[in-house]
Amino acid sequence: MAQVIPIERARREPDRCRAMTASGRPCRNKAGASGFCRVHQPPTAPERIGPFDAESVREILRFLGRRLTGEYWVDDFGFDPELTEKVFLPVVRTMYRDYWRTEWLGLENVPSAGAALLVGNHAGTVPVDSLVMKFGVLGEHPAHRHVHLLAADLAFRMPVVAQMARKMGSTLACNEDAHRLLRSGELVGVFPEGYKGVGKGWKNRYRLQRFGRGGFVEIALRERVPIVPVAIVGSEEIYPMIYDAKLLARMGGFPYFPITPTFPWLGPLGLIPLPSKWVVEFGEPIHTEEFEPDAWQDAMLVFELTDRIRDAIQQMIYTNLVKRRGAFF
Amino acid sequence: MGQRVMITGVSRHLAGKLAQRLEADPEVEYIVGVDLEEPEVDLERTEFVHADIRNPLIARIIQTAEVDTLVHLSIISTPTRVGGRSEMKEINVIGSLQLFAACQRAPALKKLVMKSSTAVYGASPRDPALFTEDMSAREVPRHGFAKDSVEVEQYVRDFGRRRRDVSLTILRFANFIGSEIETTLTRYFSLPVVPSPIGYDPRLQFVHEEDAEEVLYRGTRRDHHGIFNVAADGVVLLSQAIRICGKLPLKVPLPLAQPVASVVRRLGLVDFPSDQIPFLVYGRVADNDRLKRIFGFTPKYDTRGALEEFVRGHRSRRLVTRETVAVWEQDVYDFLARTRRERAERAGG
Repeated sequence: MAQVIPIERARREPDRCRAMTASGRPCRNKAGASGFCRVHQPPTAPERIGPFDAESVREILRFLGRRLTGEYWVDDFGFDPELTEKVFLPVVRTMYRDYWRTEWLGLENVPSAGAALLVGNHAGTVPVDSLVMKFGVLGEHPAHRHVHLLAADLAFRMPVVAQMARKMGSTLACNEDAHRLLRSGELVGVFPEGYKGVGKGWKNRYRLQRFGRGGFVEIALRERVPIVPVAIVGSEEIYPMIYDAKLLARMGGFPYFPITPTFPWLGPLGLIPLPSKWVVEFGEPIHTEEFEPDAWQDAMLVFELTDRIRDAIQQMIYTNLVKRRGAFF
Repeated sequence: MGQRVMITGVSRHLAGKLAQRLEADPEVEYIVGVDLEEPEVDLERTEFVHADIRNPLIARIIQTAEVDTLVHLSIISTPTRVGGRSEMKEINVIGSLQLFAACQRAPALKKLVMKSSTAVYGASPRDPALFTEDMSAREVPRHGFAKDSVEVEQYVRDFGRRRRDVSLTILRFANFIGSEIETTLTRYFSLPVVPSPIGYDPRLQFVHEEDAEEVLYRGTRRDHHGIFNVAADGVVLLSQAIRICGKLPLKVPLPLAQPVASVVRRLGLVDFPSDQIPFLVYGRVADNDRLKRIFGFTPKYDTRGALEEFVRGHRSRRLVTRETVAVWEQDVYDFLARTRRERAERAGG
């Protein structure tokens, strides 16, 4: 019976849908190329290209197409969320998940909404620890938030690094930018040790350096946003710097020139970081909104808080170092 | 009595547009335009004075015509058209200095509107993401147009201190773009392959010519004392801008930027002064919040919209368009699907 009607209908109204409606009448909608209307499309198995889902292949091609026509959006800082999530994140995630086997602790201390200042320890000769922190929050935190890192001007002076830094949402470490980001409710990541932290020798590993001049505490107090201390363990072993060639550094205009067991001896191979085991812990936030609105002007309070945060990070580092059995496994 | 306006640099596009707007306004009684060249646009009741702003005649006109509003727009950004950098500096800096001196002796003068540029903020890796009006350059510009702009602003502020009764409006414009105006940047984006630095992708910010004209008009007609960044919302990256224009980038290593700029200049393609290279390396973005809140004007075009309007208006050849890219996408997809299918069939058969 069901075969009779379509044939009859096909003769009478060739451009109508071949399906039957729920009430048993022939559907009167216009048919597409398949012979069915849009409502009665027969279910089709998702198309596949080899091992890949055809739709995701299309998605990648569309992404590349948008790059060629400039049809993407960046914010005022030059932050490109699409590029960060689709290109940078998979690369860095492979590194921190599979290469460094990073363990994430206390992620719930990073707020899911609203501004916060993440303060971390800095180490490892090349500041990849900041990238691991940034992409860890993006990849592992339930809210998948972007952390905007504050970087030194050297990062914006160096070719390639300069454009990547801006595109992943980093900006210059200056008061204006920090305030602007926090005021718009963003997560901001700072490393108050700066070069003194990244460029410290192997013998000083996991020993926190001076925490800048407390500028980050002042900013958090002014904006009344929580400060989350972050302890990163594992970054010290990726490029153990056994000697700082100060003369070469001065000639090249760098803050330090690392000599590691592999660099520069093995040439480009020496640039491969060692596969240490990483633990990143986010500590209990310090709620600056509990202080008076003008507390940021109190220099003593700023120093005290700076010390408190530094101690909190140092403690977390020691605890996690003890728990981690060896540096590489 | 209506407003009596003098416009310097009236031969230029924007100044001409402003004069046209003022001509249509019945409350503007008298307009006099000063420049060395004839105005680009047709003007009806604007009196044109063929003179240099350094000419003492200008001081006499300001006084005898009882000009109450001076719109100073004759700050030029490229040296080639006027015959060299030293002549450009003469016109910009010395010219402004003498103009302000003439203004000081004009009791009828009530208002001075000056075109400046966000170039005063310089361009360096130490720049904050956005410049507000109260910030100054992190690396003070030491050459060319940017240096001139800084100096002229200094002179106009000195003048403002001496004549506190004169309302002073300094408009720091971002780079102009649009379908009618012709600037260094519009020529640059009209090149078939656009030279850009390897490893850097600066943020650019524009202001559409219509928005710029509107701000100039409102600034002339009403009192808006102070400094304002006149810039569109949002940014585009240099690489993105080249793509939006449908052009191909020509990646140049930074040490070769100077020679490439001078080749492009010699060929007469783009009059791109080397002192603007840092702008194409580090970029520059100004905060337009004060323009919106205090001046009370929100630009109609955002940066991207302004650029797209420029692309629509300039019918220069686009090498890569949305349509061609869509075809490529489909081609690559079909190719992948076909090779996979063929391989599967071969394996099956």
